[in-house]
Amino acid sequence: MSTTVEPATPGTTPPAHREVVRVSVPKRSLGSELRAIKIVWRRELIRFRADRIRIATSLVQPLLFLFVLGSGLQGLARAGTHGVALKTFIYPGILCIAVMFTAMFSAASIVWDREFGFLREMMVAPIRRSSIVIGKCLGGATVAGFQGVIVICLAGLVHVPYAPLLLLGIFGLQLLLAFSITAFGVMIAVRIKQMQSFMGVMQMIVMPMFFISGALFPVSGLPGWLAVLNRLDPLTYAVDPMRRLVFDHLTISPLARRALDPGVTWWGWHVPGLLEAGVIAALGLVMLSIAIWEFSATE
Amino acid sequence: MSLTDANGASAPAIAVRDLVKTFGEVRAVRGVNFEVAVGEVFGFLGPNGAGKTTTINMLCTLAKPTSGAASVAGHDVVSERDDVRRNIGLVFQDPTLDGYLTAAQNLKLHAELYGVQSDLVQPRMQQVMEMVGLWDRKDSVVSTFSGGMRRRLEIARGLMHSPRVLFLDEPTIGLDPQTRRSIWDYIRELKEREEITIFMTTHYMDEAEWCDRIAIMDHGEIVALDSPEALKGGVGKDRVTIQTDDDEAAIAALARQFGIEAKVSEGAVAFGVPAGEEFVPRLFAEFELPIRSVSVSRPTLDDVFMSYTGSTIRDAEEDQSKHRNRVMMQMMSGGRR
Repeated sequence: MSTTVEPATPGTTPPAHREVVRVSVPKRSLGSELRAIKIVWRRELIRFRADRIRIATSLVQPLLFLFVLGSGLQGLARAGTHGVALKTFIYPGILCIAVMFTAMFSAASIVWDREFGFLREMMVAPIRRSSIVIGKCLGGATVAGFQGVIVICLAGLVHVPYAPLLLLGIFGLQLLLAFSITAFGVMIAVRIKQMQSFMGVMQMIVMPMFFISGALFPVSGLPGWLAVLNRLDPLTYAVDPMRRLVFDHLTISPLARRALDPGVTWWGWHVPGLLEAGVIAALGLVMLSIAIWEFSATE
Repeated sequence: MSLTDANGASAPAIAVRDLVKTFGEVRAVRGVNFEVAVGEVFGFLGPNGAGKTTTINMLCTLAKPTSGAASVAGHDVVSERDDVRRNIGLVFQDPTLDGYLTAAQNLKLHAELYGVQSDLVQPRMQQVMEMVGLWDRKDSVVSTFSGGMRRRLEIARGLMHSPRVLFLDEPTIGLDPQTRRSIWDYIRELKEREEITIFMTTHYMDEAEWCDRIAIMDHGEIVALDSPEALKGGVGKDRVTIQTDDDEAAIAALARQFGIEAKVSEGAVAFGVPAGEEFVPRLFAEFELPIRSVSVSRPTLDDVFMSYTGSTIRDAEEDQSKHRNRVMMQMMSGGRR
C-alpha cells in the first residue's frame, strides 16, 4: 500500500499553527506510577474489548464442562448426588475455571508483547517495572472478572438462585482468584520467550490444577495421594468457599449437603472460608512479588 | 546551529568514554569514545553486526556497559537511568507498537507512561502526527498500517514527550525509497523546529550523507569520525571501476604495471587513484588486458568506508553473513549446543 502523504520540503514551515508544543516529563513520583499502572490496566481492557473471539473462545471449555459433562454424567452420578443436579454441583468449579482460563490468557499477553516488541516500549519508559506488572495483574483480574460475570449470569440454568449476597460473594471471590492467577501467569510468562511454550506450560499447569482442585468431585473420602495433592492445589481454596456460598443458598437435604460440600480439612480441622480466601490472596501477593522481582531483574 | 543547551552551557548531548560491551566471549563493542553536541544529527555507520545496536542499547539504558561510561542529556546511563529515560525518545529497529490499538491510543499510552501533562497530550499528539502525515489516520487501528506508516508513527511516538535526544536505530531499514526519503524529510524538519539532538544508526551510505557527523563502526570499534565532507576529502583518491573479462588477471596486472592495489567489489575491479580522469587515458594506453567499461567517481562514503575497513559495506555484510552461516553450520554439525 502506498501512502499519499506529501513529503514536507525541508526549510519551509509546515502549514497552520506552528508553535511547537513542548511538553516535559516529570520526575518519577507515586502519581506518575499510578498513572502508568492505570494505562497498563486500561490497555488490557481495550485489547480485551477488541478481541471478541477471545471472549467467546475462553468460555467454550468451561461451558462444555458445565453442560456437556454435567448433563452427560448425570445418570451415572445420580446415586451419589442425593437429588442435586450434577450441573449444580460442579457450577462453583466452573466459575473458577472460567476465571482461571481468562486470567492465564491475560498473563500470556506479556509473552505476546515481548514477541511483538511492545514490551520494550513499556520497559524503556521512566517507570518502575513493578507498575507494569501490577497494571497487568489488575487488568487480567478485571478482564477475568468480567468473564466470570457471564458465567454468574448462567446461574439460573443450573438451578442456582440469583440471590444478591450470593452473587456478590461469588464475584468477590472471582476477582481475588483472577488477580492471583494472573500474578501466577505473569510470574511464569516473564521467563518464557515464546507464545507456544507458554501455551504448553499453561496446559501442563491449568488442567491438573483444575482436575485436582475438587471442581468435579467432593473433597472428602479421597485416596491419600489425591487428598494430599488436593490440599496442595491453590485452586482448591477458591472452589471450596465458592461451593459453600452456592450451597448455602440451595434448599437441599443435610445429607446431600454433607456428601457434596464436605469442606476442606487440614488434619481433620475444617478450614473456614475466610482463611481459604486469605490463602488465595497470600499466594497471589507472593507470586506478584516474585513476578515483580523477576521482571525487574531482566535487562 | 546552536551548540548550547537550555542552560547556556555547552555540555554535550551524548558523551561516551571507553565503552565496552561483551557477551560471553564475544566483544561486541570494544572501547568506543565520542561526543555528540546538542543539536547535532549524528550517524553511526557500519555493517550489520558492527556493534551499532549494542552501543545504542547501552546509551538508551537497555543494556549495561561491561566497562566504560556514557552520559546522555547530562545524565549517566547507569547511575541515573531514569533521568536518561525521561529525556530520550526511541525508535527501534523492530516495531514496538501495539497493533490492537489505534494510532492515537498508542501515542496516548506513551504519554501516560511518560507522565506528560494531561492538557498537553492532545495538542502535542496532533503536532507530532501532523508532522509525519498521520493525523487523518489517528483513529485507525495500527495493524491496518503499512510498514512505512508504522515507522512514521513510531517516530511520532518517540517525539511525544519532547525528548532532548532522539535515538533512531535503522529508522529506514526495509522501507521503499520514497518512504525513506520522506522519513528523512521529517528528520530534517524536526531538527529545524525543535531543539533536539538526533543519534541514529544506518547502513545506508546515502543516508549517512545527511548527518552532521558520522562515526564509522567496524568490528566493535570506531574507525573514523568526522563530517561526511571531511571524511570524503580525507580519502584523497577518486574511485575507478573497470569491467574486465578476467578480474584476477586484471588485479595482478594493475599491481604489476601501476603499483595499484585493486580488489573485486560488487562484480567489478575497483581501485582508488588520485586524479582519476587523468589516469584513465593512461590506463587505456598502457594496460595489457582488454577493458570492457570504465567509470570514475568522486570519493563517496563507500570509499571512505573502504579506505578505513578494507571492504565496501555490502561486502562486509556478506562476509559477516557468511561468517554467521559458517558458525551456524558448525553449531548444527556439532550436534548439541
